[in-house]
Amino acid sequence: MSTEDIRNFSIIAHIDHGKSTLADRILEYTGALSEREMEDQVLDQMDLERERGITIKAKAVRLDYTSAASGGSYVFNLIDTPGHVDFSYEVSRSLAACEGAVLVVDASQGVEAQTLANLYLAIEHDLAIVPVINKIDLPGAEPERVKKELHDIAGIDPDECILASAKTGQGTVDILEAIATRIPAPKGSPESPLRALIFDSHFDPYRGVIAYVRVVDGQVAPGMKIMMMATGKVFDVDEVGVFRPRMEVIDKLAAGEVGYVIAGIKNVKDAHVGDTITDAQNPAESPLPGYRKVNPMVFCGMYPVETNRYEELRDALDKLQLNDASLVYEPETSVALGFGFRCGFLGLLHMEIVQERLEREFDLDLVTTAPSVVYKVVKTSGEVIDVDSPAKLPPAGEIQRIEEPYVRATILTPADYVGPVMELCQERRGEYRSMEYLSESRVMLEYDLPLSEILLDFFDKLKAKTRGYASLDYEYSGHRESRLVKLDILLNDKPVDALSSIIHTDKAYQRGRQLVEKLKGIIPRQMFEVPIQAAIGSRVIARETVKALRKNVLQKCYGGDVTRKKKLLEKQKEGKKRMKQLGNVEVPQEAFMAILKVD
Amino acid sequence: MGVDLCQEACHSGPGDGVAVYVHIPFCVRKCYYCDFNSYPLDDDDGDGDAARAYVDALVREAALNGEQLAQRGLEVRTLYIGGGTPTSLHARLLARVLAGLGRNLPVRRDAEITVEANPGTLDGAKLEAMLDAGVNRLSLGAQAMDDDLLARIGRIHRVGDFLESFAAARRAGFQNINVDLIFALPGQDLARWRETLEAVVALAPEHISTYNLVIEEGTRFGRELEAGILQPVDEELDADMYQLAIDYLAERGYEHYEISNFALPGHSCLHNITYWRNEAYLGLGAGAHSHFDGKRYSNVLLPGDYVTRIEGGLSPVAEVEQVTVETEKRDTVILGLRMLRGVLDSEFYARFGIHLREAFGPEILELSNQGLLRVNEDGDNINNIDIIALTRRGLFLANEVFMRFLP
Repeated sequence: MSTEDIRNFSIIAHIDHGKSTLADRILEYTGALSEREMEDQVLDQMDLERERGITIKAKAVRLDYTSAASGGSYVFNLIDTPGHVDFSYEVSRSLAACEGAVLVVDASQGVEAQTLANLYLAIEHDLAIVPVINKIDLPGAEPERVKKELHDIAGIDPDECILASAKTGQGTVDILEAIATRIPAPKGSPESPLRALIFDSHFDPYRGVIAYVRVVDGQVAPGMKIMMMATGKVFDVDEVGVFRPRMEVIDKLAAGEVGYVIAGIKNVKDAHVGDTITDAQNPAESPLPGYRKVNPMVFCGMYPVETNRYEELRDALDKLQLNDASLVYEPETSVALGFGFRCGFLGLLHMEIVQERLEREFDLDLVTTAPSVVYKVVKTSGEVIDVDSPAKLPPAGEIQRIEEPYVRATILTPADYVGPVMELCQERRGEYRSMEYLSESRVMLEYDLPLSEILLDFFDKLKAKTRGYASLDYEYSGHRESRLVKLDILLNDKPVDALSSIIHTDKAYQRGRQLVEKLKGIIPRQMFEVPIQAAIGSRVIARETVKALRKNVLQKCYGGDVTRKKKLLEKQKEGKKRMKQLGNVEVPQEAFMAILKVD
Repeated sequence: MGVDLCQEACHSGPGDGVAVYVHIPFCVRKCYYCDFNSYPLDDDDGDGDAARAYVDALVREAALNGEQLAQRGLEVRTLYIGGGTPTSLHARLLARVLAGLGRNLPVRRDAEITVEANPGTLDGAKLEAMLDAGVNRLSLGAQAMDDDLLARIGRIHRVGDFLESFAAARRAGFQNINVDLIFALPGQDLARWRETLEAVVALAPEHISTYNLVIEEGTRFGRELEAGILQPVDEELDADMYQLAIDYLAERGYEHYEISNFALPGHSCLHNITYWRNEAYLGLGAGAHSHFDGKRYSNVLLPGDYVTRIEGGLSPVAEVEQVTVETEKRDTVILGLRMLRGVLDSEFYARFGIHLREAFGPEILELSNQGLLRVNEDGDNINNIDIIALTRRGLFLANEVFMRFLP
C-alpha cells in the first residue's frame, strides 16, 4: 500500500443532521461489515451515545474502497468526531489527524451553529471539504437553499455539493468517489523520526490504554520504545493495528496511516489526546502542533444519597476516569451532604453524561450540587486563586476583585426570532458583538456571555423562544472582572453549604427570592416552624417560612387496618430516612436539585 | 387522668374471651371516598344469589371457628358485623346471618354485639331482626348533616333519612347507638362542621366517631384529585376541625377515649378496644383479618373467591404472618397509644416481662422532650414510667410518635 492511496477524513455535522447514518452507509458499502453484522450506527457504541444520538468518543475505522469509475484502490480512514461543543478540543484533534472532511448538512434544517463551528475548525486545519446535503428524500428538503447558504457563508461551490440520503443510500457512491478524488493523500516523511498524533484513547481492562493515533512521520512497530512528548514518559510498544472496525493486528503503522498502539500504558492520563508519540531512541525535534492540556470548565459536587456508598462512588469515578482524562475530581466534604467529590467537566453535557453513567452503570443514587464555573479571585494580598465552588470563596474582606469566564457564543436563528433571542442574551448579561444575515430568513448572532449564565438552562430557553429552531455554539474567550457575590441559603438560621451559589450582584435579590420560594414548596412541614432565608454575608435579602406541622395522624385504625396502617407508617418513616438531616431540619434530596431549576 | 375506660373490657373476662368481626362486603352503591372491600349489590332488595351464597359461606366459616373456640374454652366477648353495609342485606338474609352466628359461635350472654347500618337501608323488619338476634349496639353512618355534602361524597341518603333511621332505631329499642361522621370534606368549612356536630349531639347518641376524609387511590375521589377536580382540604382547616370536634364533644359530655372516638360514660366500644389493646380477634368473611395465636391472618379479598373456597372445603385464609415478640411489643405501644389513657407499664410488663423504659427508653425520652408524649402524671421521670400517653399535641401528630416505635 502506498501513502498515495490513503485518504484520512472525518464526517462533521450539526447534531441530528445524519452523520452516524452516513457512517453506517459508508461502512456497509465498503464491506467493513457484512449486512448481517450491520447494526444501525455502529460507531456509537455506548448506550448513552445511542440514546442521545450523539457521539461521545472519537473512533477510527479503516476501510477498503475500490473506485468503480477509475478502478483505483484506496484505504480510507474514517475518523469519527464528537458532535458537541463540550468536546471541541477532541474534535479539533480528530480533524488534525485528517486531510479532509465530509460536511453533512440537513437539507431542510440548513446550516446550524455546529455546522459552522465544525466547518471553521476544518478550514483552520486546511482540510479539503466534501459538502453533502443530506436527507433530500424528506418532504421539507430545500437543497437549493442550503447550497446558497453554504456558498454565502463559506464560499462553497454549489456544484460541489453532493445530494444524498444516508437513510436510503442515495449519493453514497458519489460521496466515496469525492473522498477518493477531492481529498489529498497524506503528506509526511516516512524517513523522519516517528511523530504520531494521539487523537483519542480508551482503557481496556485487559490490555491497558489503547491509543488511537495518526502517524505523521516515520513508523511505529512492536518492540519500539516510544516517548510521549508532553510528559516524557517512555513505553514499550506491544502491538499496533487498525480498526476494521474490530481490532486487527498489523506489523507496523507507517506515515499517513491511522490505527492503534498498545504499549502497556496503565492510565489514559499518560496518553493525552493531542500529545505526540515519538521514538524514544530517535526522538523528533518538536512535537506536532496544537497540544494543550484541557481544563475543566464546570464543577459540581457529587454525593451519594446513601452516605455509606462514598467508597463505591470513588471506585466508580476511578473507573470512568480510566476512559475519560478530562474528568477530574477530588474529595469534598459538605456539612449538608456528607462526603462526596468535587468534579470538574468540560461542560454541562459532559457533566450530565458522567452523572448518568454513574447512576446507570454503577447503580448509584447521587445528589448533585449546582454547577459552578471557575472564578479567578484576586485577593487583597495580591494572590490569585481559582475558585470552583462557592465554599472556596474567601471572605468578602479578602477579595480585591473576582473574574469570571466568558464565552463567545454563536447563535443561528430564523430571522423571526431575533428579538426574543437578543432579549434572552441581554437577560443573561450578554454583550452584543455582531449580527449577520446568512440569508433572508436566517441570522447569525454573536454575543459575549458569562459562562455561568449559559450553564443551566440557556439552551433550553433558547430552544423554547425559537420553537426549537435556534442552534448554539460557543468557545471560551477569557476571564473578565465582574461584580459577584456569594448567595447563602439559611435553613432554621443555619447556612446550608450545598445551597450556596456565586451570583452577579444585580441578580442576587431576584434569585434569592426565587430560591426561598422554591424551597418553601419542597421542604415539608416539620415539628417546628422553619425559616428559609437568602442572605449575602449577614444581610438577609429574602425570607419564607415553612409552617410547623400541625396534623399527621391516621384517624382510622381498626382490626383490618393494622397491617396496612403500619405499612403507611413504615413508608413515612422510609421517606424521612431518605431525607438529609440538616441540624434538626429534614430536607428532601430534591431541594439540592432545586437550585438547578429556578426560572 | 380520666376514667380508665378499658376497665370495662378488662373486667369482662379474665382473658378467656375473643372478639369476632364479621364482614359483609355489600353496599347499595360505592361512596366516592370508599376504598373498603365492598361491592354494589346487583339486586335491589339484598336477597340475590350472590348475597345468599355469601351468607351461607359465612355461617359455615363461623361453624368451623366456633368449634375451635369451644374446644379451647374461649367465649366471644364482642361481636361486630361490619362492612360494606350489613343492612344492605334483605331482612331475611340479615336474620339468617345473625342466627347462624349465634348458633355456631360461643357468644357470651352479655356480649357487645354491634351491627353497622346505613341510613336508607334500615327498616322496621331489619331493626326487629337485629333486636331478636341480640344485637345491642347500632353504628349508623351519618357522615355529615348536610344534604349538599352528602350528595358531593356520593352517599345514597339525605339528612332526613338519617334522622328517620335514628328515630326508628330508638323506637325499636336500641339504647347504644354510634354515629359515624367525616370531616374535611370538599367544600366543608368550620361552620358547617360545627352544624353537623351540633345536629348529631342534639340526638344524644351514646357514641360518636369522627374521621377526616382521606383521599385514597383507586376511588372516585382519588381520580378527581389526580384530575385536579378535587382539592384536598388544607392541613390547617383539617386540624381546626379535629380540634373543634374534641372541644365541642368534651363540652357536651363525650369522653375522648381514642384518636377518633368519643363516648358517653360507660359506652366506649369494647370491640374496638380489643384492637387497640392488641388482643386476639377473629375475622370472618371476605378480606377479614384475624389476630390470633401470635399470628395475623387475612382472608381472600373477593367475595366470589371466598365463597368458592368455603364451598370447596378450603381455608379462606390468604395470608398468614407470624408476629414476633419484638413486633408485638411495638404494635402494643403503637396501637395502645391511640387510646388517650395510653399504655400502662404494669400491663406491658405483665405481658412481656419487660418495662417500657427498658424496651423503648430513648424513644420515650425523645418524644417526651418534644412534647408529644406524656410520661406519668407529673412529668418526665424516665426512670420510673407508670404510663405513657399522647399529649394534646401528640394526638395531632400521632404518626410522628408511632413512627418512632417502628424498627
